Amino acid sequence: MKLLTHNMLTSTVKGVVNGFPLRIEVEKTLEKQVDFSADFLRNLFYKVDWKALVEAAQTMGYAELPEEAPDSTVLESEDFLKKFHYALLELHLEEGNLVCPETGRKFPVTKGIPNMLLHEDEV
Amino acid sequence: MSSKIARIDLVSSHPEVYEPCDDSFALVDALLSDRTNLLDFHPRLCMEVGCGSGYVITSLALMLGQETTGVHYIATDINPHALQVTSETLKAHGVHAELIQADIASGLEKRMAGLVDVIVVNPPYVPTPEDEVGQEGIASTWAGGENGRRVIDRILPVADRLLSHKGWLYMLFLTSNNPSEICLQMKDKGFSARIIVQRATEEENLLVIKFWRDSPVQADTNGMVTTTKTEPFMAMGSLGSLFSRLSFWRSDNSSC
Ligand SMILES: C[S@@+](CC[C@H](N)C(=O)[O-])C[C@H]1O[C@@H](n2cnc3c(N)ncnc32)[C@H](O)[C@@H]1O
Repeated sequence: MKLLTHNMLTSTVKGVVNGFPLRIEVEKTLEKQVDFSADFLRNLFYKVDWKALVEAAQTMGYAELPEEAPDSTVLESEDFLKKFHYALLELHLEEGNLVCPETGRKFPVTKGIPNMLLHEDEV
Repeated sequence: MSSKIARIDLVSSHPEVYEPCDDSFALVDALLSDRTNLLDFHPRLCMEVGCGSGYVITSLALMLGQETTGVHYIATDINPHALQVTSETLKAHGVHAELIQADIASGLEKRMAGLVDVIVVNPPYVPTPEDEVGQEGIASTWAGGENGRRVIDRILPVADRLLSHKGWLYMLFLTSNNPSEICLQMKDKGFSARIIVQRATEEENLLVIKFWRDSPVQADTNGMVTTTKTEPFMAMGSLGSLFSRLSFWRSDNSSC
């Protein structure tokens, strides 16, 4: 699971208000090389929740992203785009859990696939 | 350039996972026949709901290319074996999609609302007793309850929510799902519809319908707002007569 996907996932357990961002418990991470596309990254920049991405990357051992949400001028910086690319698309959570920030409910990630299914009494 | 799709001999399998069948082929044929439009459209985010063996999402990824051209793929299934098989199928073809075990798009609906450009679905569509829907095992891959609509009717509002303002939905139906009624319901949500592929096998009449939002307002990269032309909404009369014609068709190449 890429951090881009993590950035799109929320907990929908009954009673949860925001359910975002899911806290990451890491058991195993992977790096997978992805072709670089500046255009794709510039487009995504506006859709990503910056704080959630920075925290997720830090949990996964990558602390190179600026803490504060940068303004769009960084999109001209190759150095920035490379880091953004790495954190968002190349860093993968292979095994671990995604934890609901409000209920503590764990959504397991197995072989890179998060299980977002809820039990009947959680819907 | 020849259009590549997934190779059947490279599609992985599992006893509890739906194997590519006439419906899967019809859906991929529909995507192929619309490929030029898809390439012009240049979607960023493509999604499959109910990916099964991964045959369809792999074919779409091969057709449209990977991140180099800036396309990202996501596929969901409720069945964990299906995701495992899809992961193997993608790998065997050298393409990637993010896989999520979900009920339709559970967990994604909030943050991905309005972001998905293309959704493809071959749903469980076979009319069955209601209690067969969503059970464990292979039956859940096709069991659709009354008129085959139980899961379909839950997918349509989710697709509406997830699709971007210019988004497209390609969905497979049987004539017994009453697709003309579905088109009318989608029209109420602001979608136009067109049949892309129609195919009669021994047991079933399959249709792939493409839905898109009426006169979507597009913001281009300069922030200018432009209105794109859309194809006219298919007249219901001709849809109706097409369906009745289809039900008399018979072909002898049912093989699944
Ligand atoms: C007819 S099969 C299609 C499989 C594959 N896309 C193909 O075309 O060969 C339907 C798929 O939808 C999945 N499915 C059924 N109900 C679902 C749900 N509520 N959410 C997500 N997937 C579901 C089934 O597990 C099955 O893999």
